[in-house]
Amino acid sequence: MNPSGSAAFGLARPGLVVNRRARWTVPLLHLVLLAGAAAMVLPFIWMVLTSFKRPDEVFTVPLSLWPRHWVWSNYPEAWASAPFTRYFLNTVFTTTATTLGQLVTGILAAYAFARMEFWGREVIFTLFLGTMMIPDTVATIPNYLVISKLGWLDTYQALIVPWTVSVFGIFLLRQFFLTIPKELEEAALIDGASRLTFLWRVMLPLARPAVLTVTLFSVVGGWNSFFWPLIVTNSDEMRTVQVGVSAFFQEYGTQPNLAMAASTVAVIPVIILFLFIQRQFVEGIARTGIR
Amino acid sequence: MRGHSRRYWRQTALAYLFILPAALILLVFHILPMFLSLGVSFLDWNLISRPEWVGLRNYTNAFANPEFRHALWMTVYYVGTSVPLTLALALALAVAFQSRLRGTGLYRTAYFIPYVTAANAAAIVWFYIFYPQSGGLLNEALHAIHLPRLQWLEDPRWAMPAVVIYSLWKYVGYDAVIYLAGLQNIPREYYEAAAMDGATGWTAFRYITWPLVSPTTYFLLIISIISSFQVFSPVYIMTPDGGPLKSTTVVVYYLYQQAFNYFDFGYASALAYILFVVLFVLTLVQRRLVGKRVIYE
Repeated sequence: MNPSGSAAFGLARPGLVVNRRARWTVPLLHLVLLAGAAAMVLPFIWMVLTSFKRPDEVFTVPLSLWPRHWVWSNYPEAWASAPFTRYFLNTVFTTTATTLGQLVTGILAAYAFARMEFWGREVIFTLFLGTMMIPDTVATIPNYLVISKLGWLDTYQALIVPWTVSVFGIFLLRQFFLTIPKELEEAALIDGASRLTFLWRVMLPLARPAVLTVTLFSVVGGWNSFFWPLIVTNSDEMRTVQVGVSAFFQEYGTQPNLAMAASTVAVIPVIILFLFIQRQFVEGIARTGIR
Repeated sequence: MRGHSRRYWRQTALAYLFILPAALILLVFHILPMFLSLGVSFLDWNLISRPEWVGLRNYTNAFANPEFRHALWMTVYYVGTSVPLTLALALALAVAFQSRLRGTGLYRTAYFIPYVTAANAAAIVWFYIFYPQSGGLLNEALHAIHLPRLQWLEDPRWAMPAVVIYSLWKYVGYDAVIYLAGLQNIPREYYEAAAMDGATGWTAFRYITWPLVSPTTYFLLIISIISSFQVFSPVYIMTPDGGPLKSTTVVVYYLYQQAFNYFDFGYASALAYILFVVLFVLTLVQRRLVGKRVIYE
């Protein structure tokens, strides 16, 4: 972690020699950046506006972004066409469970790797990191086989248990734990505090930024996950929001206004979360390079 | 090993207890399955039938199969276009972000939002943006600047470029953020010294920025290639049945069909292993070729 790399977002230390720029450079840069930014955001604006349109207003010549008649009933109609409440509860439940799981397993393991001397530590840690080399989609088929052997297809266990460990999270937490002075711990342990108490009372409060980053990635990853829940669920009751919305799209694809209402509902929570805590998010990414 | 104290072994036992939950999950759901599916890749098996040993036949079938070779080729086409395009644009963006401009924070937010959006939901939106007739957002935009409207996802020539456009939109902000972090590590003095010698703009970029940001380029190249080799959601959502004339059938989509539409798990496992080996070799080759030329500070 280097301080200049993470501190500098937005505050934009001048990197280029600014005063030598030609007079037209700044307006031109703004123009290009603005056009690009508009292209980034336009799909979202179009999505939300379309979700309030009448079906016959979606594809028109000339194009009009703004709904002529605001149809508020698209949302209740979409919501009633599929068990969206259930999808939502499923996603909230599985995302919470996987996040909690990742925090518990991650904090314990990271603490051991960072702070305890034990036999085989380096080998085990390397093995842990090695599992990151297995691409997610490649691991899906073998993982599916295990899940089906366990008889877990179409259950919450299948959606939760395999994802209760994040090696990336362990790595991040370990790096953070390493920066906390050792003397703190030696003093505490002499005082008779057990390691768990110390971990809970001292290490965790100090490691809050890392814990927050891990939580954030876990929540967003859980909310957005698609391939795995698509494969291991097949009943409507077990579908998550993303799988439900996609199934809805495949069924009601001819009604883009309804599909857009469903998509809006599926992406809005994460976008709001992102807008509130984007600094932590972007910095977490810049520091770790997770994709 | 024998020289360690009792305290050391007590600590080892405790540490194993701490690691156990994570290790158990990794073992059962991530490591074990890789071995299991290696075994399955030598079988003819649909999960219900009696598994039958077929040796390497699944592998030889894969390479003899024109559909698989086509899927491999479409994946290479997708990776080969989307990765360089996204990286080039991201670097340009990062350089622009880095020069002191008002509103950089707002721009960054705008460019980054697509990355945090669920891929499948975003793909649903883009499906309609690529509406193949008049009245679609993109087609009307093209029409406005006097370009012909396109069939996009329904045209075998334009379906894959449409997926590439989607990916560009989705990942350019992410790559730019990583690039920006790389750019911040280049000492400002280099630019100042170069400016004294009259080197600014393109020359400064060519001889300072580009070589010194190469570790970031290398890093992004590897993770982008690995992740885009596994592209699935946009293809699954935007082009049902693998696109017109299978023009968007990429490897993971093909693998998905073999496993979950035809339940040919032996064949699908072999495909997964081929993909795994391809990605592994790519990483190694890149490390040898590109890694050597990367300039570290």
